Amino acid sequence: MSAAGLVAVPVRRRRRWTRLHWAGLAMAAPAVAYVVVFSLFPVLYGLRISFTRYNPLRRGGPQWTGLENYRDLLHSAEFGRSLLVTGQFVLMVLPATIVIATGLAVLVNRPFRGIGFVRSALYLPNIVSLTAVSMIWLWMYSQHGLFNEVLGAIGLPAQDLLHNENTALAAAAAMRVWKALGSNMVLILAGLQGIPNERYEAATVDGASSWQRFVNVTLPGLRPTLVFVVAMDIIYLAQSFAEIYVLTQGGPLGSTTTVNYLIYTTAFQYNQFGSAAAMAFVLFAFVAGFSLLATRGISGRRG
Amino acid sequence: MTTVATSTVVRRRARAPRYRRDWSRYLLVAVVVILVLIPFAWMVSIAFTPADRAFGSVALVPDNPTLENFRSAINDVGLVRALGNSLLVALAAVVVNCAVAPLAGYAFARLPFPGSRLVFLMIIATTAIPVSVTLIPLFLMTKSFPLAGGNDLFGHGGNGLLDTLPAVTIPHLVGAMNVFLSRQYFLGMPSELAEAARVDGAGELRIFTRVHLPLARPLIAIVAIFSFTGTWDDFLWPLVTTTSSKNYTVQLALVQFNSTGNIRYGALMAGAILITLPVVLVFLANQRSFISGLAEGGSKG
Repeated sequence: MSAAGLVAVPVRRRRRWTRLHWAGLAMAAPAVAYVVVFSLFPVLYGLRISFTRYNPLRRGGPQWTGLENYRDLLHSAEFGRSLLVTGQFVLMVLPATIVIATGLAVLVNRPFRGIGFVRSALYLPNIVSLTAVSMIWLWMYSQHGLFNEVLGAIGLPAQDLLHNENTALAAAAAMRVWKALGSNMVLILAGLQGIPNERYEAATVDGASSWQRFVNVTLPGLRPTLVFVVAMDIIYLAQSFAEIYVLTQGGPLGSTTTVNYLIYTTAFQYNQFGSAAAMAFVLFAFVAGFSLLATRGISGRRG
Repeated sequence: MTTVATSTVVRRRARAPRYRRDWSRYLLVAVVVILVLIPFAWMVSIAFTPADRAFGSVALVPDNPTLENFRSAINDVGLVRALGNSLLVALAAVVVNCAVAPLAGYAFARLPFPGSRLVFLMIIATTAIPVSVTLIPLFLMTKSFPLAGGNDLFGHGGNGLLDTLPAVTIPHLVGAMNVFLSRQYFLGMPSELAEAARVDGAGELRIFTRVHLPLARPLIAIVAIFSFTGTWDDFLWPLVTTTSSKNYTVQLALVQFNSTGNIRYGALMAGAILITLPVVLVFLANQRSFISGLAEGGSKG
C-alpha cells in the first residue's frame, strides 16, 4: 500500500454521494433555499445598496457612489450619537439583566410549592409584545402613572422621565430590564440544571459556604450558558426599535435615537436608502465585534 | 435528557425538608414576583376604569368597572380586522415553519450530506444578522415582486406585494432558530428506530413522517409557538410594508392610539389586553414545552 493510496481513499469516499446524502439534501433544501433567498441574498443586496445614493421615489434607480455613504457617516454627528445611545442602552440593560436573572434563576432552581407559578409569572413580560409592554410603561411614566404616584407618596415631586433628555434612555432601559428578565432567567435556569450535583456535594464536603459554592461551582458551570445569553442579548438589545417608537420617538433632542431608529427614519421618512443601508452595516460590524468580545471575555479565551 | 432531569428533581425533592430556613429566599421571590406583575395588574385595572377617570390617579380596583374601553378599542382602530389579519399571517408562518423546519432539522441531525455542517452553520449564523441589515433589501424585493401589484415579469411598474398580508409574512416563513431547535431535538432521539425501518425498505421521507415525526410533538409545539409569537409580535416590518389600515396587524393597530397625541389610556390598555390574550393563551396551554424548549435551545447552544 502506497502513501498516495492511503490519502486517496478517504478523499474519494468523501465525494461519493449515497442515497442517504441525497435524501438529506432534499429534506434540507426548502429551508436552505429560503435562507439563501430571504437572508443571505438580502445581505449582499443591502451591501450593494450601501455603496449607492438611492431614493426609491425618484426615477433612475440607485447611483453608484462607492464609499461615499460610509465616509459621510464617519463625519455624521447624528450617526455617531446614535451609536453612542445604542451602546449606552446595551450597557444599561445588559449587566443589570444578567445579574438579576442569575440571582432569580438560583432562587427558583430548587423546587418549592408554587414554583410553576413563580417561573411563569417571571416569564410573563417576555411573552407580551414589546409594543404592548411599552404602552404599559408609557402610562407608568405618565403624569399620574404609577411611578409618579409612588414618588408623590414619599413626598417627592413628579418627574417627566420620558421628556427629560437626561433620563429618557434610562427609563426605556428600565422597561427593557423588566421585559428581558424572564427569558434570561429561563436560559440560565437550564444552565444551572446542567451542573452536576456531585460538584456541589464535593464543595460542601470541603466545607465551602453557599457563597463560595456559588463562586467556585455555579459561576464556572454557568459559563457556556452566560456566553450564549450575553451574545444573544447584545444582538437583540442593539436593535431596539419598537419601545423607542412607542415611548419617545427618538427624543427628546435625539437622546433616545438608537441606530435602528435612525435607520428607520433615514430610509422610510427621508428616503435615503443608501445611507440607511450603510448605517445598518456599521451597526452589524459593531454588534458582531462586541458580542465576540463579550463572549471571549466570559469564556476566558484569548485572541 | 428527560430521565436525567426527572431523577435530579426527585433527588432534590427528597432532600427539600433539610432547607427549612429558606423563608428569606421565599420572601425575596415573592417581592420580585409582585414587582414583575404590578404593571400587568394596573394594565388590567386601567382597562376597566371609566375613561374620564383614567387621567387622574388610578386605583388598583376600579370603583365602577366598565367594558366601555374594550368597546372603543375594538371600534376605534379596527382591532377586529387587525386581529383577523394577524391571525392569518401568524397561522401561515406556523404552517410553513412546522412543515419546513423539522424536516431540515432532521436532515442535519440524521442524514448529513457532504457540506451539511457548513450549510447548517450558515443558517445559524443568519440569526446574528440585525433586522435592519435585511430591512431595506427585503423591502425592495417585496416592492419588485414579479407579476404582483401591477408589476411586470421583471418586477417593474407597480408596488409588488407592498401593503399586502403575504408581504407581512415573508420574513417569518422559516425561522433559523426553529431549524436549530429541530436539529437539537432529533440529535437527542435514538437512531435504532430509523435503522429498523430502513432495513425494512422504507424510504427516508417515510421514515421521517412515520417514525420520527409522531415522536416529535413537543418539538412541533415549540416551533408552532415560536413562529406564532414571533409573527404576532413583529412591529418594524409591518410598519414599513403596510400603508392602508385594512392591512394593519395588531401591533400597528395598537400604536394608532398613541399617534393621535391625546392618549386614551383606558382604550389603549384594553387593546393591549386583547392583542396579548391570544399569545398568553397559547403560552399557558403549552407552558411546559415552551420553557423547556427555550432552555434546551440555550443550554445545548
